[in-house]
Amino acid sequence: MSSSNTTPCRLYVNGDRYDIDVEPRRTLADALRDDCGLTGTHLGCEHGVCGACTVLLDGQPVRACLMFAVQAEGSSVRTVEGLAPDDVTLHPVQQAFWDNHGLQCGFCTPGFLTLIAGYLEEHPDAEENELREVLSSNLCRCTGYQNIIKATLAAQKLLNGKQTEPGGVQEPA
Amino acid sequence: MIGARARRIEDPVLLRGAGRFAADTVRAGELHMRVVRSPVAHGRIRRVDVSQALLVDGVVGAWTYADVSDLPAIGFRLTPRPELLPYRQPVLARDEVRYVGEPVAVVFATSAYIAEDGAERVDVEIDPLDAHLDPDAAPVTWIDADHATWAAGTGSRLGAQDSEATTFVEEYGDVDDAFQKAEELVENGTHRVVTVDARIGRHSGVPMECRGLVAMYDEAEQQLVVDGAAKVPFWNREAIAEMAGLPPHRVIVRETHVGGGFGPRGELYPEDVLVTVAAMRLRRPIKWIEDRQEHLVATNHSRGQHHRIRALVRTTDGFIEAMDCEFTLDQGAYVRTHGATVASLTASMLPGPYVVPHFRARARVRLTNKTPAGTYRSPGRYEGTFARERLVDKIARELQLDPLTLRRTNFIPADKMPYERPIQAMGTHLVHDSGDYALLLDKVCERYDFDGIRAEVEQRRAAEEIVGFGLAYFVEKSGIGPFEGARVTVDGAGQVTITCGASSVGQGVDTVLAQVVAHALQIPHDAIRVVRGRTDQFEYGRGAFATRLAVMAGSAAANAAEALVEKCRRVAAHEFRVSFEEVALHDGAIELVDDPGRRLTLGEIARLLEPVRAGMLKEDPGLSADGWFRSDHMTYPYGVHAAVVAIDRGTGNLSIERFIVGYDVGRALNPTLVEGQIAGGVAQGIGGAVYEEFLYSEDGTPLCTTFMDYLIPTVLEVPDVEALITEDAPSPINPLGVKGAGEGGTTAVAAAIGSAVDDALRVPDAITSVPIRPSLLRRLVDHVPTP
Repeated sequence: MSSSNTTPCRLYVNGDRYDIDVEPRRTLADALRDDCGLTGTHLGCEHGVCGACTVLLDGQPVRACLMFAVQAEGSSVRTVEGLAPDDVTLHPVQQAFWDNHGLQCGFCTPGFLTLIAGYLEEHPDAEENELREVLSSNLCRCTGYQNIIKATLAAQKLLNGKQTEPGGVQEPA
Repeated sequence: MIGARARRIEDPVLLRGAGRFAADTVRAGELHMRVVRSPVAHGRIRRVDVSQALLVDGVVGAWTYADVSDLPAIGFRLTPRPELLPYRQPVLARDEVRYVGEPVAVVFATSAYIAEDGAERVDVEIDPLDAHLDPDAAPVTWIDADHATWAAGTGSRLGAQDSEATTFVEEYGDVDDAFQKAEELVENGTHRVVTVDARIGRHSGVPMECRGLVAMYDEAEQQLVVDGAAKVPFWNREAIAEMAGLPPHRVIVRETHVGGGFGPRGELYPEDVLVTVAAMRLRRPIKWIEDRQEHLVATNHSRGQHHRIRALVRTTDGFIEAMDCEFTLDQGAYVRTHGATVASLTASMLPGPYVVPHFRARARVRLTNKTPAGTYRSPGRYEGTFARERLVDKIARELQLDPLTLRRTNFIPADKMPYERPIQAMGTHLVHDSGDYALLLDKVCERYDFDGIRAEVEQRRAAEEIVGFGLAYFVEKSGIGPFEGARVTVDGAGQVTITCGASSVGQGVDTVLAQVVAHALQIPHDAIRVVRGRTDQFEYGRGAFATRLAVMAGSAAANAAEALVEKCRRVAAHEFRVSFEEVALHDGAIELVDDPGRRLTLGEIARLLEPVRAGMLKEDPGLSADGWFRSDHMTYPYGVHAAVVAIDRGTGNLSIERFIVGYDVGRALNPTLVEGQIAGGVAQGIGGAVYEEFLYSEDGTPLCTTFMDYLIPTVLEVPDVEALITEDAPSPINPLGVKGAGEGGTTAVAAAIGSAVDDALRVPDAITSVPIRPSLLRRLVDHVPTP
């Protein structure tokens, strides 16, 4: 690769600073995955429809495939790796997805998690219809969506400090 | 644990974004491969010039057919009829291109960006030829003698081949005789001949993760390591070894996380061969990650079928005496690894749940200048169920019979189970292993109050809404053999590992296998580690297809766990100096039956089995046991789909308001996962029924190469599926009684929605093809009778 085409770029991702050299044409998604080593952000279509690459840019959900890395210069990026507070505890949205079988192959999941986490933080009291509208931003090919909706509503309860159905193992009656 | 709604053990890693999908494998010094694809549907290659690409800084190599002319065409994995051999696909286009997207060259470069830069500089000159796009048109000359001989690769000289790759018949009874007598019967008024013409549009699995592969020749280990495989890594190891010129034991194929399978993903494609051969020849790690535009023209399409059925029906009760079907399958430009699987399954599964004393299906597999086709979730059954159930609905309408009663009249009765249909399916005798088709229909009618739904539909019609209710019945198949194996191992800390030949495409197989073993060992499932899809960790595996793993790998794991418990009891009995019968398993430990306080945990037993001591015990070292399960028959789950739809009078927009599924899986190992499979399957079925179709222009240019044109349903198009999972007919042919759940969500979606839309429109024969487009509905709503 010819280094003369690259430009220094400083990204703040999940609270960490990354000083990387990128070509101007490098997408934010590729920079996150390849230059920052954060491969949890997935590329499903690279034309902005599927939403698998959704990350939070200064708190707003964006398609990382439709942005250049240099456009995120100086912004705060939050990816799926930055959702859980530590290695033991999951973020409420992650927890709700686990409890409600909200994922199968898990490829689209990071995009849904960041989308939902970002939206619920700004709209804690969103109605179900509104949330369905938001979830229609992203594509999932495995679940048929209904458990994603269930998980989203459960996550909303968790975030608002309410009880939800327990996860774990429920033996047959 | 079996039957528990257990959370998946796969999820924490995936939820944290810590999974390793194909693109997530990074190797030092890797080269990125970019494929140059044909821009025309059919043409003779005049020149492929890579010289300009090689001038790009960072491009390391570029190949055309001349560089890979020693590689044979790609072989068949399933249903390998010999007459199909000349239609196999070369790794790079040889002298002609036959579909838009066909690989004609590859470029290797130090980054994916530079590989694309290089690919843009490859000069491809093609003299266009007429594109043949209509499989219903008379066959045309497809390949000349030279190419046929080369592609077949049998060593004998072949002549030119036409575009009908194969035609064959599945039949039993005497259809000709039945229809010869039909004229008289029809004249007498005792019988009627009902015909239907049904088309299923070309669409496919389209997993959210595109394909990808990373291969590296490890000089130190003298092994080719291939990461990113899916579905059938063991079969692919054999094929890759042969292509790469290595013995199988020098090839390691590993599946990473897989972003959805659904049929197309994981088969051996030209790109897979190129990646692995390049890793050998260039001695650099090679990485290829498909992009979505490529995926939509390069990865297997499916479904495009046209059925013409005639049925001889008794007028009094609608009993179907004979069914005669002819169908064409739009195979696209080559026959890939699936051989004749889809056509074969269509033919053999077409009678579904019905007796049909005389049956014949003639399949015609025809080539067109489109992306090659293969299997997609419920292959042949989605198509055949649509055609057959449209027929059954038509019989009901023509004879003015209740559609449910008509189906009951034709069902194979429960007391005839197991029921052998004298026909083959996937090379096995088609024996419905168990089932009570009427019982499931009764249960679904009652649970979801079909009478109430009908009454509501009538009321809304009276208020001038265009609404309808329809249903379809179907039989699935699952659990094809011939074998699967598993090894259960306990380490000195008492931790359990299942190692097996199964594969995961994201369906949750790890959790289910862990539940099966946890059940047998009476331990929690969530600490069990599952190793699968790695050819260096287990000797054999047939793969994740045909809804086979719960049956096959599940049964193998159960057998392995049972063998492990026996070994534990032998060791414990020796340790306690009692007989085998005096010790028993309880909560993950072996205890003395008469003195449960004296017990040995799994970990303690594992530690007793260190090699020296194991020798004294006359046991193999280590706490480990293998289990195998072999089967030469499939299991046959069955179900009913029903839909309530509404059509907007102004726009023709179709809303699927309710979708109901009843499905008998014999035994649900994890009902939450079964329901998840059903819901996801329905969503894909809705895609094919209403939204998804690969369309082509008149010159064979694909029109659906982005997600703006190929419409995968979003949450707004898919209703919450209402599913009743029953366990009334456990399979008698495996120890768990299980039948597969993977495909039954998809099978009858087009049929049920077609039925519901017909009911809404009340225009005879309105819906005979899918996807059902708004333009058609917009035209038809004007003909809807007003109340």
